[in-house]
Amino acid sequence: MSGPLLQVRGLAKRYGARLACDGVGFALHPGEVLAVVGESGSGKSTLLGLIAGEIAADAGSVTYRMRDGVARDLAALGPAERRALMRTDWGFVRQDATLGLRMAVSAGGNVGERLMGVGERHYGRIRATALDWLARVEIAADRVDEPPSRFSGGMRQRLQIARNLVTAPRLVLMDEPTSGLDVSVQARLLDTIRGLVAELGLAVIIVTHDLAVARLLSHRILVMRGGRVIETGLTDQVLDDPQAPYTQLLVASVLAA
Amino acid sequence: MYVAAKGGEAAIDNAHRLLAEMRRGDPAVPDLSVAQIREQMRLLVDRVMTEGSLHDPDLAALALKQARGDVVEAVFLVRAYRTTLPRFGASEPVETGAMTVSRRVSATFKDLPGGQVLGPTFDYTHRLIDFALAAGELPEPAAETEPGPDAGHCPRVTDILGEAGLLEPSPPEAGAPVGDLTREPVDYPADRAVRLQALARGDEGFVLALGYSTQRGYGRTHPFVGEIRYGEVELEMVPEELGFPVPLGRVPMTECQMLNQFRGSGAAPPQFTRGYGLVFGQCERKAMAMALVDRALRAAELGEAVSAPAQDQEFVLAHCDSLQATGFVEHLKLPHYVDFQAELELVRRLRAAHEAAISSAGEPVREAAE
Amino acid sequence: MSAAAPLPEPGYNFAYLDEGTKRMIRRAILKAIAIPGYQVPFASREMPMPYGWGTGGVQVTAAVLGRSDVLKVIDQGADDTTNAVSIRRFFGRTAGVATTTHTSEATLIQTRHRIPETPLSEGQILVYQVPIPEPLRFLEPRETETRQLHALAEYGLMHVKLYEDIARHGHIATTYAYPVEVAGRYVMDPSPTPKFDNPKMDGCPALQLFGAGREKRIYAVPPHTRVRSLDFEDHPFRIQSFDRPCALCGAEAVYLDEVVLDDRGGRMFVCSDTDHCEGRRAEGHTGEMAE
Repeated sequence: MSGPLLQVRGLAKRYGARLACDGVGFALHPGEVLAVVGESGSGKSTLLGLIAGEIAADAGSVTYRMRDGVARDLAALGPAERRALMRTDWGFVRQDATLGLRMAVSAGGNVGERLMGVGERHYGRIRATALDWLARVEIAADRVDEPPSRFSGGMRQRLQIARNLVTAPRLVLMDEPTSGLDVSVQARLLDTIRGLVAELGLAVIIVTHDLAVARLLSHRILVMRGGRVIETGLTDQVLDDPQAPYTQLLVASVLAA
Repeated sequence: MYVAAKGGEAAIDNAHRLLAEMRRGDPAVPDLSVAQIREQMRLLVDRVMTEGSLHDPDLAALALKQARGDVVEAVFLVRAYRTTLPRFGASEPVETGAMTVSRRVSATFKDLPGGQVLGPTFDYTHRLIDFALAAGELPEPAAETEPGPDAGHCPRVTDILGEAGLLEPSPPEAGAPVGDLTREPVDYPADRAVRLQALARGDEGFVLALGYSTQRGYGRTHPFVGEIRYGEVELEMVPEELGFPVPLGRVPMTECQMLNQFRGSGAAPPQFTRGYGLVFGQCERKAMAMALVDRALRAAELGEAVSAPAQDQEFVLAHCDSLQATGFVEHLKLPHYVDFQAELELVRRLRAAHEAAISSAGEPVREAAE
Repeated sequence: MSAAAPLPEPGYNFAYLDEGTKRMIRRAILKAIAIPGYQVPFASREMPMPYGWGTGGVQVTAAVLGRSDVLKVIDQGADDTTNAVSIRRFFGRTAGVATTTHTSEATLIQTRHRIPETPLSEGQILVYQVPIPEPLRFLEPRETETRQLHALAEYGLMHVKLYEDIARHGHIATTYAYPVEVAGRYVMDPSPTPKFDNPKMDGCPALQLFGAGREKRIYAVPPHTRVRSLDFEDHPFRIQSFDRPCALCGAEAVYLDEVVLDDRGGRMFVCSDTDHCEGRRAEGHTGEMAE
């Protein structure tokens, strides 16, 4: 079975007079990490919302190769299939952890929710799995019964990652997972993400405004501006030898900083 | 020796007799007549009619007397009576443009066809207790005015603006039957007609607070009072056997049209949008608050972010009804022995476990927080 | 102990509601019976008693009550608590049906918070008063979302709550309104009955109807339907047990009320089901504090 895991074609979304996303298309292969970069307002988060089906597209399609190998148009899935897909084969790590976690539920409950959602009914096994995943994202076992409201920003993002990965998804969407964190916390989190992605062979679409994050994690990069893709290619290629004048500016500003 | 709490029947009867006595108060003071309440507590009667959704000033006044002046209780009496009434049919939509106005103000135009009519209002009164009222002095007679040249022609501000295309048009008459939330359960998302019904019946305090919250940034709508008008409208109905409208009578109502700034969407050009309030009598504060909340609830339809309580229709509609709210809050007075017993047993068990943990560890159990 | 039927109040239809409304409610009830555990929206009327005080149960009772029915009304298991008295009187006045306090004599029992200890039999109807019909409400406040979760049978969230209980307390700490799965499909709130009563719902030969007036929902458990309390394989559902018998009738394995006797910590435990307790005492059973 070969071919892309995800195929995005001509996605478009308009808010009032503004085009938030205009004819965006790309293919993502299993195990591939794609970084979507651009300034705020460039449409990258809208793109992620469109792919996840949380925002209704005005035009375009998203096709996903299901576990049975059949590529399906996500818009044609029924709500039951779509929700099942989202909580088993996909993950979504949000910039704002309070939207991606249940803040009043313990860390263990947060990780266990997806398992219970797919029918696991053995408390001991759920807890053991949750503890295993907390260890993998470097959260101490004695925090398992604490709610994430007592966690630091970096820990919340780690918990989100564990919560998403517990059902062994094949595709994870990440929306600025490291923004707003201290530099040292960021570095540790990126390290964790990089290790897990390589170990599990995850396909990832990561939205970031930070080119350093893109360079560290991604194989390929997609530069957006004004809702359009203005440049795409292998990460090293785009960052070392940007072709579009806007990309050149972006790269230069990072180097200058 | 334990005696089971018997005698519920006698207790209820006695409580009701005591209530009746307290309702009457000091028998040396003359009994309050329904007509007095209807005439002199007019705004209270209006509120009971609005929230009771039944226009019957005598019944509302009687309900207030029976309820000892408790508005929510009076609304309850009116509503419970209303459900038992047979329905002959539905009236035609009232033509508020043809209202005989007693009051009409616009905050958006200094002058307009029909003029500004201040009418009976507390606005611009100084809120000083008037001890002359206690002495029972009669007021001066109201001033008589010559009707102006354009009296009787009082077009709504929204019609004036609408003609220039600056204001969104009225929703077209779809011809579809209008929902009735007293006959059908609300199905979310509810359409605007049902939302307006719920707001009109909603508790004035709740709707007021929500409207106020939109002004303080929880779902801003940039409102202007296009117009508030209070006066009598004609109620008409089309009997099936006649096929043309016949007048049923005149009903005093207050209508508020808020105009709200709107920057436009992909399909619609920038223009003013509307929030609408309509109530029985002179419940002006309620009409204004209702118009604010109506507009806030249109956020999703107009492509605005839904983040504030006043924009969230499940939150607003599920909680605005004073009868539902008061019933559920007050039901906490009912016995909960059984549930409490279950919780009591649980807390005892948890405390025992806690004690055991302390004594076995020899030190206090560490709190989860670090 | 059943009372003869007095004449109904003039000026009201039999059992207060008009026949059109009763038909509407019966349609909702039929639908509820056809889809066990599913919450059917219905056009709840404004009743002459407050929302939250049993308007849902009263409407369901009014819709199914017939002239030959014998009505029993209990609140907290007792026939003589004020709200039970008030509702029994309401039907006495508006329907003039015979009333009873004996579970076995009743054809229709309206209840708040308890299921009688005397096993119910075929042909009986148990009507529950329900404050919040949605078992997912406190996990997900949004109606549009909870309807989706029910439609897709996505009940993982419900187990998250039970998981949290065990993580915090070592056992499931939900003591009443304990969620159940009905006929292998819908998760349902059994109304705020103590979980002690949950097993009585399973395979019950009587028809169980649930009315929520303020929330405008009716649901049902048809006779002989499987009702399973949610749990984990390694933390199975367990009911409360009391470490003493009823102080008046000596009954064991029944739900007890704790009665405070004085301000020096004196307590006694007595049957919450007053009819059951009186019946046992009439048969000669006595507890340690019986006179």
